[in-house]
Amino acid sequence: MIASGTRAAMRHIIMVLLSLVSLYPIWFTLQTALKSQRTFVLAPVALPLHPTFANFGNVLAQTPLLTWTVNSVVVTVSAVAASVVLALLASFALVFGTFRGRAALLRADLVFMVVPPVVLLLPMFTLMLTIHLFNTLESVIIFYVGLNLPFSIFFLVNFLRTVPREIVEAGTMDGCSPWRLLWQIVTPMAGAGVFTLVVVNAVYVWNETLVALVFLQSQGKRTLMAGLAEYVGRFGSNEPLILAGAFLSMIPMLLLYFAGQRFFIRGLTAGIGK
Amino acid sequence: MTQLSREMVPAPETVVTLRSRPSRRAARRRRGSGRLWPYLFALPALAVLGLVFAYPLVAVVRDSFYSGTASNLSFSGLSNYHLVLSNPIFIQSLLNNLRLLTTVPVMTVIALIIALVLNEIVRGWKAYRFIVFIPYILPAVAMGLAFSYILQQNGSLNSLLGDLHLRALALDWLGSEQISIYSVGGVIVWQQLGFGIVLFTAGLLSLPQEVIEASVVDGASWWQRQLYVVLPQLRRVIELFVVLQAITVLSWVFTYVYVITHGGPGTSSSVMTYYIWQNGFEFGAVGIASTAAVILLAMAGVLITIYVTLRVRRGDL
Repeated sequence: MIASGTRAAMRHIIMVLLSLVSLYPIWFTLQTALKSQRTFVLAPVALPLHPTFANFGNVLAQTPLLTWTVNSVVVTVSAVAASVVLALLASFALVFGTFRGRAALLRADLVFMVVPPVVLLLPMFTLMLTIHLFNTLESVIIFYVGLNLPFSIFFLVNFLRTVPREIVEAGTMDGCSPWRLLWQIVTPMAGAGVFTLVVVNAVYVWNETLVALVFLQSQGKRTLMAGLAEYVGRFGSNEPLILAGAFLSMIPMLLLYFAGQRFFIRGLTAGIGK
Repeated sequence: MTQLSREMVPAPETVVTLRSRPSRRAARRRRGSGRLWPYLFALPALAVLGLVFAYPLVAVVRDSFYSGTASNLSFSGLSNYHLVLSNPIFIQSLLNNLRLLTTVPVMTVIALIIALVLNEIVRGWKAYRFIVFIPYILPAVAMGLAFSYILQQNGSLNSLLGDLHLRALALDWLGSEQISIYSVGGVIVWQQLGFGIVLFTAGLLSLPQEVIEASVVDGASWWQRQLYVVLPQLRRVIELFVVLQAITVLSWVFTYVYVITHGGPGTSSSVMTYYIWQNGFEFGAVGIASTAAVILLAMAGVLITIYVTLRVRRGDL
């Protein structure tokens, strides 16, 4: 009995330690943001005994952080909405329709899932210059919709297969158009799957940095991640200010996670198990 | 995510079901408006995939045979490949990607042990899982910035090591040419670990309980049970995680390097993604960057081909 008791305690000790390691960098970000720069330089590790919120005000005043945030929200909402709608249409056709090239599309979809985005970056850059979309939010939105599509289609094809075919057939018999069938019957039934996909795609788009850094080159056009990554170069010596910005950039993801945790786990373990 | 969640790839067992399923039902549905709508529904996605994947993939291969600047390109055959493959900075970047590959077994083993531990905690395991997954969803930029201060010579890590009387272990994590790439690797492990834990706990939950209970009855020790009964049944999930993470450290680590070390000191922590970005967008060497991109693509292709071939040979696919 004693042995099994120690065992159980050991398990909790391991998990508590790992939890601390997982959370410390987040706490470090916050505690640094609450210090004056002087305090940070003198004691970078110590607790903020005299917390100040000045850094949050300063970072908002001295950088276009608010504009970047608005840009990130615009880019995330439009890219996620467009990719989920396009993926729903395509996977509905793939699951319930027949058309030439169906098998090829499915195969290409799987291949595209493992293509590193950096490979696509140079031709896309030239293309955006040619069609005069360079340095516009539209350019990254288009890119993100494309990068989201392969996984989204794969995920939804598997999800729509769980919708009973009888329902779709009954709808077809009743003279329901495929369009109405998709939006009024199938999508509501696949609601949990669709929401999972929205969450997974939103995290990706919000956090993406490389594409944004290359395509959005003027201060007013940057997304939050591109802006933050860039601004280290210029404010590199003011750690509390930088980490105040970094902390603000994490908040939307933390809120999303707290609100929809089970959707994250479900999205990432799709296809696992027997 | 980190580039995260994008690192998802299908568990191949589900891939099988993706393949064609022509049916009489489908044929029946072809009546009336049935013929045209699938084309119309698939078209928008197809157009975007063509624009973002098909065209750039062709273009990048083509550009790898050209040299000069973007406005003045001339055909140069394989000379870019000679240049890139004999370039010390490219070789260093490639070696660094291989060094980062060592994080894959490290995070796999840690994630497995943690998943096994979690699996035996009755009360509160979901709360632990909730916490250890948090790093995975946070922006790589924000966490990279935090770590670039934590890992400084007078930063949190070294002061903790000092408090533990382990000052000998307090290295110059970011300032040393030998160590900086491994420091980046450590941050990657920190951020990706939660994904492995979630994946493996999901796999463990789906195992049939009878086999495990039988081994308990047979008197197998805890370690024997994990090694000979549980782990072999997790093989598929483990392989999936290893392949996903190998592709991740090969092709998705730009943000960490950019934010934490900027490839430095010198070029000591450059990786292929960073090399491609730097040549393409800082130096304007389109041909060189395209060539490096094609090499990276080929390496990702080799990895995924090995994985698929192994599974086909074993009859899993």
